[in-house]
Amino acid sequence: MAMTIDTALPVGRALRLRLDRDELIKRGLMVVIALYLVVALAAPLAIMLSKSFSTYSFDLARFEFQVSDKDGNWSKPTTAEALNKALNAVPPAKLGTNSDGRLQATSFFPDFSFRSPVKYKIRGTTTDAAYLVGLKLQSGTKWQELTSNDFRRVMLRPSRALGLENYVAYFSTPTLFRSIENSVFIAFISTIVTVGLAFGFAYALNRSCMRFKDAFKLVAMVPILVPSLLPGIALIYLFGNQGLLKDLLMGVPIYGPLGIVVGSVFFAFPHAMLIISTALAISDQRHYEAAASLRASSWRTFWTVTIPGARYGLISAAFVVFTLVITDFGLPKVIGGQYNVLAVDIYKQVIGQQNFEMGAVVSVILLVPAIAAFIVDRMVTKKQVALLSARSVPYQPNPNRGFDTLCFAWCSLVAIFILGIMVTSQFAALVKLWPYDLSLSLKHFAFDRMDGGGWGSYYNSIRLAALTAVIGTVIIFVGAYMVEKTDGFRSGRTAFQFLAMLPMAVPGMVLGLAYIFFFNDPANPLHAIYGTMTILVVCTITHFYTVGHLTALTALKQIDQEFEPVAASLKQPFYKLFARVTVPVCLPAILDISIYMFVNAMTTVSAVVFLYSKDTTLASVAVLNMDDAGDVAPAAAMAMMIFYTNAAARLIHMFLSKALIKRTQAWRMR
Amino acid sequence: MRHETLAGQPRIPTEVSAMTAASLNVKPAYLKIANVWKAFGDFHALKDISLDIREGEFVCFLGPSGCGKTTLLRAVAGLDLQTRGSIHQGGKDVSALPPSQRDYGIVFQSYALFPNLTIAKNIAFGLENTKRPRAEIDSRVTELLKLVGLADQGNKYPAQLSGGQQQRIALARAIAISPGLLLLDEPLSALDAKVRTHLRHEIKELQRKLGVTTIMVTHDQEEALSMADRIVVMNHGVIEQIGTPTEIYRHPATLFVADFIGEANKFEAKAANGAAVGFGAASFSCTQHGFDDGAPVIAAIRPEDVIPHAINSLANGAATNTIDVTISEMEFLGSFWRTRLHGHALGNETLIADFSINAARRLSLTEGVQLTVELPAERLLIYPRGA
Ligand SMILES: Nc1ncnc2c1ncn2[C@@H]1O[C@H](COP(=O)(O)OP(=O)(O)OP(=O)(O)O)[C@@H](O)[C@H]1O
Ligand SMILES: [Mg+2]
Repeated sequence: MAMTIDTALPVGRALRLRLDRDELIKRGLMVVIALYLVVALAAPLAIMLSKSFSTYSFDLARFEFQVSDKDGNWSKPTTAEALNKALNAVPPAKLGTNSDGRLQATSFFPDFSFRSPVKYKIRGTTTDAAYLVGLKLQSGTKWQELTSNDFRRVMLRPSRALGLENYVAYFSTPTLFRSIENSVFIAFISTIVTVGLAFGFAYALNRSCMRFKDAFKLVAMVPILVPSLLPGIALIYLFGNQGLLKDLLMGVPIYGPLGIVVGSVFFAFPHAMLIISTALAISDQRHYEAAASLRASSWRTFWTVTIPGARYGLISAAFVVFTLVITDFGLPKVIGGQYNVLAVDIYKQVIGQQNFEMGAVVSVILLVPAIAAFIVDRMVTKKQVALLSARSVPYQPNPNRGFDTLCFAWCSLVAIFILGIMVTSQFAALVKLWPYDLSLSLKHFAFDRMDGGGWGSYYNSIRLAALTAVIGTVIIFVGAYMVEKTDGFRSGRTAFQFLAMLPMAVPGMVLGLAYIFFFNDPANPLHAIYGTMTILVVCTITHFYTVGHLTALTALKQIDQEFEPVAASLKQPFYKLFARVTVPVCLPAILDISIYMFVNAMTTVSAVVFLYSKDTTLASVAVLNMDDAGDVAPAAAMAMMIFYTNAAARLIHMFLSKALIKRTQAWRMR
Repeated sequence: MRHETLAGQPRIPTEVSAMTAASLNVKPAYLKIANVWKAFGDFHALKDISLDIREGEFVCFLGPSGCGKTTLLRAVAGLDLQTRGSIHQGGKDVSALPPSQRDYGIVFQSYALFPNLTIAKNIAFGLENTKRPRAEIDSRVTELLKLVGLADQGNKYPAQLSGGQQQRIALARAIAISPGLLLLDEPLSALDAKVRTHLRHEIKELQRKLGVTTIMVTHDQEEALSMADRIVVMNHGVIEQIGTPTEIYRHPATLFVADFIGEANKFEAKAANGAAVGFGAASFSCTQHGFDDGAPVIAAIRPEDVIPHAINSLANGAATNTIDVTISEMEFLGSFWRTRLHGHALGNETLIADFSINAARRLSLTEGVQLTVELPAERLLIYPRGA
């Protein structure tokens, strides 16, 4: 009987599985992809974080000089600090600098002349005191003798200290920290408007019997295919200084918060709509029947059944929109005017003022809301998945004349808004000279005559998108497979999962800046990829990693867990199973991942704007630069080129998916 | 044997133990599971499991849900390694080997057929990388398809087959590589009753033909009784009893087994003078039980072991182990009558007894009728009671 032998577990170590070749290969691959994510994500972010706490100043006590007279008799060694005290050549306020700062050594020798026969000696008092002689970086405590002519070219380099000074400086500069308020304000308003519009739209699609549902769905997805710069350009055409409809605004300028909010609603709308629509689609018919049998009014049913059922979708959509808007760079850059927001501040600090440390500070600040939103979204998504797994009966709407008309009107308004922006942009690209000569021409498509890289940028973008789609999909899917289908190695898998989720929380601007810090460091062995197409591909794959990873995981989880054990018992290597079964079964998801990577690589601006070089200019960046240079019509034309390309890619994707489903119908039938 | 130590009493009739011991010596153990534990955190799903399985034997792991059957099977397969203990297969220590280095075929409850491969390709999956010529693989597949009775279905996809057919394909795939051990985890539980009975027979036939050592996990006692050479009854992570289906049924080693397999009347009783128990107002002789006088025990008897006699028909001397009862309820169950009996000797307890249709007619049994029932001494099962 149980009690007679129910003794305790014998002491000793738990048995451990001997690893076979398959398991070693799987773990090896997982480690390789994890390393990729460390190099392409974790390490750059860590460096950026440390940069935000780094301050640079000239520490004069670290340098010592000696001067000879004409006869070669050397004076006593004196520190630069002592010299400065006597001369007050460099006031203390000027000693603070940035990582790039240089201070001419001759500043401490007022009677210096490069023609004099006097010689100079310099050394550091500590081993890490660095100075330049010409272009050569020197350091150390050995004396170095230089002629006057060489001494002229000696530059002291600052030393680095860790501290909160950058943050103090940030928060004591109103023009800087006001951006936080601006960004949060913009994101907040945009979120409310977008989620409201999207909820109505999704509700109409799921709960009414209105006509043209498919057409509405199609239109709602259009903004995904264009860079966020496009609504900015279109809004300027409509409501800008020479805008057709400028008077409608009654004096409120489109440049600033209004423009940003309207444009943000445009590009964030499809994301919110998809999330809410999914939440509504999984709600259970039975709840409605129960409510009806209790004779609840439709209004009460709405508040007691519909809203609670969709609440996770609503929360999730709100956080996604908030993050998208607060981290977006292209739109406020185009239409923000004098209204500063965080993402643009990073750009201004880095590109405009070359103040990388301050750029890092703003990045860290921008990370806070993005990470918070990300965490809440993950928590909510988990709950919703739990809801999903309960078998429910999908809701079947009944026709209702008044309600259906209302829904149709709502969706039409949204569709007119989206199409209006698109048509304006298309029009802007085609008319000769807005608003004076409205005849059509293709002259704005002659990109080679503008700044921004010309047609080369466009081809570069296609190359980037294709490489990202192919390489990214392979990396993402293989990585997801290894995490999902490996036994044991719990800690390794958890670490991998964390790394794979991280990109979602990192705004593009932050990633781009982190890449500058990490890859533009000559000491980094990977420095060679800086300024090449490779770094753009790496950056883009990393930037969009998470969504692809989640898509792959979802598909893999739907595959029978027992395939791997069966293959192992049949003595077949896992890669045979992977190639012959896993990949074919997951092909629809794999196609989804690659089209997602392609479209986003075409439209992204934020990360790559820091990383392109003159050989790797991109279409989306060209839109930005042409707009900046005042070539707004060509900018619109280039944005439309991106749209055409993405639309074509999506059509091909749709065609391939359909063909695939048809070909595999025999075995998918259940 | 384990069940003897389990019950703490050498209760099994001697000829049965002798027979089992003799048959144990026929072949050495092919699979030797020794002192296996499995811990999930603080919870112990398997506690000190030891078990030998002979070559060619069909063994069922039987037990209620959550008793650890699947866990034990997965340990044997190397899918969920045991925390302690060893497993030897064919004389080789496989305790820590990964699945790919063990020698078995496995069929899961879900069948795990590859949906995008045809049935023939599913079966051929395990045959392919072994430098076998294509023609040989094809003929082996044809042979296997014929073996499982699906000779002309090779080009269909799994989704186009019925559950029972899919199950057979999974079986064919598992035995294609001629494994030394066949593992089946509730292979029939997803099928409806009729297909199930049919497949039971087929699997057993196939196993006999191939002579492959087989372990099947099930929680269906009928399945285990009808298919297994030996049954391993498990509960709460321990083995309650190991034995042939008849041993298990006729001589359940523990009260749990008596209860879980078939049905049993249970009465709180007191042991008396080595081979008797008293309960209610009566005393019964039984086989040697070895409990101290007055020790609290449970006396159990299966409904079909109760023998009916006409009231007062037994000569006074022959009237051992009999009590007089009244039928308070009778239910016709097709091949027999189930009755609920009450009587002075039973106190408030009810005795459930199954009587053949013949006996019921012979004794004119109806509700309210009085009769004498005999509880044969060798059919009375005695188990310890209390903490
Ligand atoms: N991965 C796990 N983590 C924690 N507990 C587990 C795990 N797997 C199984 N268990 C527990 O171990 C016990 C035995 O599980 P097992 O799956 O072996 O039961 P079973 O006998 O096969 O039952 P069933 O008939 O329901 O399949 C159960 O109580 C179960 O909850
Ligand atoms: Mg089980």
